[in-house]
Amino acid sequence: MTFTAHVNVMLKPGIADPQGQTIEKALPVLGYEGVGDVRVGKRIELRLDAADESDARDKVDAMCKQLLSNPVIESYEVDLT
Amino acid sequence: MTATVGVVVFPGSNCDLDAQRAFADLGADVRMVWHEETSLDGIDLVVLPGGFAHGDYLRTGALARFSPVMDAVIEHAERGGLVAGICNGFQILCEAGMLPGALRKNAGLKFLCKWVDLRVENASTPFTARAEPGQILRIPINHFEGNWYCDADQLEELKANDRVVLRYADNPNGSLDDVAGIVNERGNVFGLMPHPERACESLLGSEDGRLILGSMLDHVAAQHELSVAG
Repeated sequence: MTFTAHVNVMLKPGIADPQGQTIEKALPVLGYEGVGDVRVGKRIELRLDAADESDARDKVDAMCKQLLSNPVIESYEVDLT
Repeated sequence: MTATVGVVVFPGSNCDLDAQRAFADLGADVRMVWHEETSLDGIDLVVLPGGFAHGDYLRTGALARFSPVMDAVIEHAERGGLVAGICNGFQILCEAGMLPGALRKNAGLKFLCKWVDLRVENASTPFTARAEPGQILRIPINHFEGNWYCDADQLEELKANDRVVLRYADNPNGSLDDVAGIVNERGNVFGLMPHPERACESLLGSEDGRLILGSMLDHVAAQHELSVAG
């Protein structure tokens, strides 16, 4: 079976995110008030062949741990279809 | 016996020739090692140089850690051989799990290319033995992702065991606890963001980098003497 995985990689809560902070400062300048907690992450899309959904989830999970995220500073979520 | 330094060249390395010149000027034999090589036989000291290995795609060092040469680098370290990662090399060592922590984007979101003062916190390592404890070294930095981070427990462990080897006198990038360079638990793998290989000639503004590179060569010479005596 073929699956599509959408992986969202975010800096863990508490890890300073200078990109998010910069965007947060820029938005009020453009007139957008009341914006907070801006965080910037990455979205990775991929297609993979797997025996079933459980197998696909295991494979993407392994990819995330080994390469797609750095567990020291990042967390990830997988959306599988 | 002359030390043999292996400078690993990844696609995207750009400080490899600086390292080659600096170590050669200190009297070492320098061999350039393509990242697809799988043997480091005959090499005493492995240097992972600065640059943008594999384009720094995904994260700095994330792809370089899977280059074929890295298995040999890990084996070299496990045998007690010295490994030094400079700038991008430090990032690669962290991604490979050979050093703790990770390098985040600089706090000010600026690429920093300037001279900084570093304080030698531990002068008893193979990488700093030529320096004095507390000595200030003037060495340049040149990076966008030098903002080192680890969790609180890890930091306590590093501090308790004198594994923070270099600190910034005036933190330029937000690095946790002003950390500029650390060693592994065994003390034979060293990572630092600043570029000692670019501070080895007075014409370039400083010779302080020679203390760091020279310390490594001293250590290799002592290892050779031991093996001859043994």
